[in-house]
Amino acid sequence: MAAHLKKRVYEEFTKVVQQQHEDLSAKKLRLTKPSKSAALHVDLCKATSPADALQYLLQFARKPVEVESVEGVVRILLEHYYKENDASVRLKIASLLGLLSKTAGFSPDCIMDDAINTLQNEKSHQVLAQLLDTLLVIGTKLTENPSVRMRLVEVACKHLTDSSHGVRNKCLQLIGCLGPVEKGVAKEVESQAAKDVQKIIGDHFNDQDPRVRTAAIKAMACKLLADDYEQVRSAAVQLIWVLSQLYPESIVPIPSSNEEIRLVDDAFGKICHMVSDGSWVVRVQAAKLLGSMQQVSSHFLEQTLDKKLMSDLRRKRTAHERAKELYSSGEFSSGRKWGDDAPKEEIDTGAVNLIESGACGAFVHGLEDEMYEVRIAAVEALCMLAQSSPSFAEKCLDFLVDMFNDEIEEVRLQSIHTMRKISNNITLREDQLDTVLAVLEDSSRDIREALHELLCCTNVSTKEGIHLALVELLKNLTKYPTDRESIWKCLKFLGSRHPTLVLPLVPELLSTHPFFDTPEPDMDDPAYIAVLVLIFNAAKSCPTMPALFSDHTFRHYAYLRDSLSHLVPPLRLPGRKLVSSPVSPSITPHEDPSQQFLHQSLERVYNLQHLDPQGIQELLEFTIRDLQRLGELQSELAGMADFTATYLQCQLLLIKALQEKLWNVAAPLYLKQNALASAAAKQILEETYKMEFMYSGVESRQVVIIHHMRLQAKALQLIVTARTTRGVEPLFGMCEKFLQEVDSFQRCFISELPHMQGSFVDKLLDLMPRLVTSKPSEVVKILQTTLRQSTFLHLPLPEQLHRATANIIEPTGESDNPLRFTSGLVVALDVDATLEHVQDPQGTVKVQVLYPDGQAQLIHPKPADFRNPGPGRHRLITQVYLSHTAWTEPCQIEVRLLLAYNSNRSKASAKILKSTWSESLEALPQSENGIEGTIPFSKPVKVYIMPKPARR
Amino acid sequence: MPEIKVTPLGAGQDVGRSCILVSIAGKNVMLDCGMHMGYNDDRRFPDFSYITQNGRLTDFLDCVIISHFHLDHCGALPYFSEMVGYDGPIYMTHPTKAICPILLEDYRKITVDKKGETNFFTSQMIKDCMKKVVAVHLHQTVQVDEELEIKAYYAGHVLGAAMFQIKVGCESVVYTGDYNMTPDRHLGAAWIDKCRPDLLISESTYATTIRDSKRCRERDFLKKVHETVERGGKVLIPVFALGRAQELCILLETFWERMNLKAPIYFSTGLTEKANHYYKLFITWTNQKIRKTFVQRNMFEFKHIKAFDRAFADNPGPMVVFATPGMLHAGQSLQIFRKWAGNEKNMVIMPGYCVQGTVGHKILSGQRKLEMEGRQILEVKMQVEYMSFSAHADAKGIMQLIRQAEPRNVLLVHGEAKKMEFLKQKIEQEFHVSCYMPANGETTTIFTNPSIPVDISLGLLKRETAIGLLPDVKKPKLMHGTLIMKDNSFRLVSPEQALKELGLAEHQLRFTCRVHIQDPRKEHETVLRVYNHLKGILKDYSVQHLPDGSITVESILIQATAHSEDQGTKVLLVSWTYQDEELGSYLTSLLKKGLPQSTS
Repeated sequence: MAAHLKKRVYEEFTKVVQQQHEDLSAKKLRLTKPSKSAALHVDLCKATSPADALQYLLQFARKPVEVESVEGVVRILLEHYYKENDASVRLKIASLLGLLSKTAGFSPDCIMDDAINTLQNEKSHQVLAQLLDTLLVIGTKLTENPSVRMRLVEVACKHLTDSSHGVRNKCLQLIGCLGPVEKGVAKEVESQAAKDVQKIIGDHFNDQDPRVRTAAIKAMACKLLADDYEQVRSAAVQLIWVLSQLYPESIVPIPSSNEEIRLVDDAFGKICHMVSDGSWVVRVQAAKLLGSMQQVSSHFLEQTLDKKLMSDLRRKRTAHERAKELYSSGEFSSGRKWGDDAPKEEIDTGAVNLIESGACGAFVHGLEDEMYEVRIAAVEALCMLAQSSPSFAEKCLDFLVDMFNDEIEEVRLQSIHTMRKISNNITLREDQLDTVLAVLEDSSRDIREALHELLCCTNVSTKEGIHLALVELLKNLTKYPTDRESIWKCLKFLGSRHPTLVLPLVPELLSTHPFFDTPEPDMDDPAYIAVLVLIFNAAKSCPTMPALFSDHTFRHYAYLRDSLSHLVPPLRLPGRKLVSSPVSPSITPHEDPSQQFLHQSLERVYNLQHLDPQGIQELLEFTIRDLQRLGELQSELAGMADFTATYLQCQLLLIKALQEKLWNVAAPLYLKQNALASAAAKQILEETYKMEFMYSGVESRQVVIIHHMRLQAKALQLIVTARTTRGVEPLFGMCEKFLQEVDSFQRCFISELPHMQGSFVDKLLDLMPRLVTSKPSEVVKILQTTLRQSTFLHLPLPEQLHRATANIIEPTGESDNPLRFTSGLVVALDVDATLEHVQDPQGTVKVQVLYPDGQAQLIHPKPADFRNPGPGRHRLITQVYLSHTAWTEPCQIEVRLLLAYNSNRSKASAKILKSTWSESLEALPQSENGIEGTIPFSKPVKVYIMPKPARR
Repeated sequence: MPEIKVTPLGAGQDVGRSCILVSIAGKNVMLDCGMHMGYNDDRRFPDFSYITQNGRLTDFLDCVIISHFHLDHCGALPYFSEMVGYDGPIYMTHPTKAICPILLEDYRKITVDKKGETNFFTSQMIKDCMKKVVAVHLHQTVQVDEELEIKAYYAGHVLGAAMFQIKVGCESVVYTGDYNMTPDRHLGAAWIDKCRPDLLISESTYATTIRDSKRCRERDFLKKVHETVERGGKVLIPVFALGRAQELCILLETFWERMNLKAPIYFSTGLTEKANHYYKLFITWTNQKIRKTFVQRNMFEFKHIKAFDRAFADNPGPMVVFATPGMLHAGQSLQIFRKWAGNEKNMVIMPGYCVQGTVGHKILSGQRKLEMEGRQILEVKMQVEYMSFSAHADAKGIMQLIRQAEPRNVLLVHGEAKKMEFLKQKIEQEFHVSCYMPANGETTTIFTNPSIPVDISLGLLKRETAIGLLPDVKKPKLMHGTLIMKDNSFRLVSPEQALKELGLAEHQLRFTCRVHIQDPRKEHETVLRVYNHLKGILKDYSVQHLPDGSITVESILIQATAHSEDQGTKVLLVSWTYQDEELGSYLTSLLKKGLPQSTS
């Protein structure tokens, strides 16, 4: 048939030539030789309405056209094109032209001129876009011909100024496809034209229509994903990612099919593909970027974890699926048999797609990568995606659990952290829990603690799960007794989260017996305490539980509630009303009584402006004592209570110093007294630094008060110095310095000054003009009186206030065996400490070693020595190198942690500095103001060492 | 047309005795020289008589390349070089060179000493053979001779396994040997750059398998061992000496380290000890983790794994023992198995495939009562576990490698025909490259389209590029010049220089063509009409009407004469030189179409 048709068309073609020569009537020819093109011509001539013409064209488009007759058909179509007034018909013709020029074997250069000509007169944007599309088809067929490409690119550039986004879009596509986009190739051979093309595309990155911008970037980026150079690929990946973030919802067509998908999905698929790139740098980047593409649809997301297994062309279930099935069938921990994983059904060979274009198995590959950098990146990405999609979290659980057994500790740690972060969305199956718990035996403390942390916020589905977790934790406890605290804490949360699951386990856990009394367990056994912590926390929200307790359990409860109050919650126990509810029931639980107490006592202090000095002192002393006790009792209020207590202490010291009756006595007589006063000034200074730098959550309101107190202390210092020194010269300098400080205080806290009515600084500023001009002795006098008359400033409390604390876990200081080493050489001492509420520990925390001879050594730990196991908490694990000359016998050195501060770095001044920077650069003499110092904030630990003399 | 010929002598649609002959640009290379495990007769070695019936093989082969030390890739080497006779170079990586002779010697011992075969290669032969070996480094380009060069890429699989690129001029072949695209506990993943070879010869052992994540398998393995040891049981892991054994050792070693376990692990001595020594030595060939921790501690210096002594088997308490051979058919592993089989606390883990008939296969298929020699019945109470660890690339891995290397053709070896068929189809579908899978002895010919470099003088290049469009890297460009092929080199020079160099005089070449035109008018009128016609069409060219009645278009001459017989027909004589060929032929075709009807 085809051959026959071909012959006919051929005949028709030769006839057409003859027609020119012999002047035969066209009508006759058409009647005798009805060919496709001729038929079309007739049809189009007959068509009276555009709709008819469209119908004919549609019919025509369905039939194939022979190579030889294409040109003829094109001519006819063009002829009609020029005549046609209806845009839709022209559009169809233009699209037909494109289709026709795709015909294999046909060289479209002959119709290119015509196509370009049509562009010139076209008004309709749609038709223009379609024509450009046709030109693109022509261009892609003629890529070998540079002049054609140049011409087409020129045409496209001309139309880039079109007002329709569709046209601009197509133009860019044309330029992108035909203009050579080469990057990374030797620059000098890159032609001017190529550079132009890049520039043109680049210019359109700023187009006002997002669809055009998308096209511009896509034109460049997609090509570069397959580049030979890894830098180029990496940049392309990033480009696509940026694109997908900017326009996640725009719709892009899938080449080679009619479907359309969201841009973010398309980009996701492309980046997933790059996870199996040849270069690990690109892989890391691709994996990282995947994590931030949260808008991707869940269907694509879940594909990333899917990898169809097969064996000899038969489908196999993954180990995960098998585990799930085992679990759901009720059988747990069965041994694996030979052929257990025998493949099941046959797979249709056609349906297996070995290299998926989409996202399939991207994470499976990423998590199995050789480079741990890639694995970490993949875990991070999983974490971020799982946080935004609970269903994905559920699915990726198996993979995360698998990562707990990675060979690199960093990866294991990362995956545990990830799991903790997504734990709100998930419930662990028993078999998964089993794998998770197996990691408890890890010898790395970091891993174990991270895992405890994870268990704290894990949901367990069955009581067996709870039991399993408890058993494993107890095993952990016997193996690593140092984990005690962490395990108790873990069990506390485990208990309070799953009260109903713990309830049925209680008799077994407490080994109570319905008939027989069982021996009372040892109260000091950490394992027993662990069990009790679990039970008591569960009992808090499960009132029926205490009925199951035996007598000694209640006794143990009372003991533990006192000794480990942070782990054991208050319980409403029958017959123990006093213990469980010491507060009157009228107070609703929202108003914390202790908080009330705090505020009340503070109110009391602030209200007593006009009490006699003795009374003030006493009241302050009592309040300070109360607050300190409160801080010890209520851990959550400790920061607040300590902070205020410190402040009151400062005030008390100040009052005491000023109350000295002997201020008017001649200088030489009261050396003793001024020792007290100067000591007070010194102590106040120290305390104010502590207040400023040791607490997290201090706001600028508090900073002002602290600075004010410091200013008062400095004034006191000045007065004392003026009293004790003879001669005026040294005073000049001091006075000047003090006045400078007042000045900078004013500048720093200008906004806060209105709140400080009647305070020391307020009065001082009023007297400022007088102060500047008067002599030092005058200044001192003025200061003294102002200091006495000034009122006590109210310290407002912030929402949250935490005191930085540090606890040195290792060295324990209990060892009697001295650490022996040869003098002159060094010995490494492992230091392990937990830090709480320390901001920027890398910069501030130092280790101090004090030798018995008074020599002190300050060590700056490396930034890498700090880990961050949770919000507000840090862990310092470092090595300190000790050395000393030989000693005759072993002696103890002291190790402690210091918090370094620099008053320049103070939050308030930093803020002020920023705001005033533009106005007056020289306003703040920072370097003079900057006082560096350290605050010891951990209990010192004693280490027994013994440097031996070197043997010669 | 240049071609690459590939003939597998072994491993063509088969697993075992890998041996592939490749002829590329006149060079003959033999890839691997293995033996077949399944045969004990002549079939165990490749048929080298295919290469030559008589005479030394050296004359026919340029080099031999061994991809790794497994016997099915190097087992026939001493036979080939010493008994058949080959003196040329043999290339392998350093670890392969070190470990290969140990395995060959072991193989020889078993065949000669145990089975009592004669006519087999001797220890001396192995030594002589190894003297011919040239060791190569990864990514080192080795010039075998002037034209042939080879380069090794990392292949994973076993220590020292490599993929080789063989390159002559710009034609190249990549042979993968066995490779693994997923890293394991001691080796990394295979990697190759985008070298775009003409042919990629890939193994296809797991052509139809897509494997599960190895993590589950590892975890299962460790969990099982851990549980048994905690219960106080003993674990027996029968292994073959090299490869998997080391992986499992690393796995257990790190696990013991991590979990702080104390139960002893033993490794049966002998061959493995030597092998471990080489693993220690070639630390750069292992994976990222081992290479990184090497500074602190060499992972192969096992802390927890000690040498096994026969007496230890009776020690009380838990222990883990690695013992050879892997299929429990003889030797130490079987002895230990018999001792431990009766206790249900104990466990045996089979880490690999077991051949039918061996004790390993029997227990794996669930048999609980075994008849040992001497009609003894052994009741197996211990747990039997199967754990497969394989180091070949699966279907996905193979596709991934193809994607990385971007070859123009792919050829599959080292796999079963049926499975290859599937993969072949997939490769052709997804990469649109042709894929071959020849059987043993069958020759596949691949035609290549090599680009041939030609030197061009700078002057000519500049002159030619000045004409026409600016140069474009990826598009062809037309140039005029003379190609001189001399002394195996190609040069493109300007015609004048070529003439000068060759000492030749320039010849003029002229084409003359007659065109008949129907025109009853006089000659000069016809000429005038032609002149006007041409003038109208060729606006960019200089068309001149000469006084002698001829027309010149540039340098083309057109003369008109009346036909001798028919005065109505005019004959136009068109003459042009070779240089004006383009314009000349255009003119003739133009004139052949005839003159326009009414110009006057």
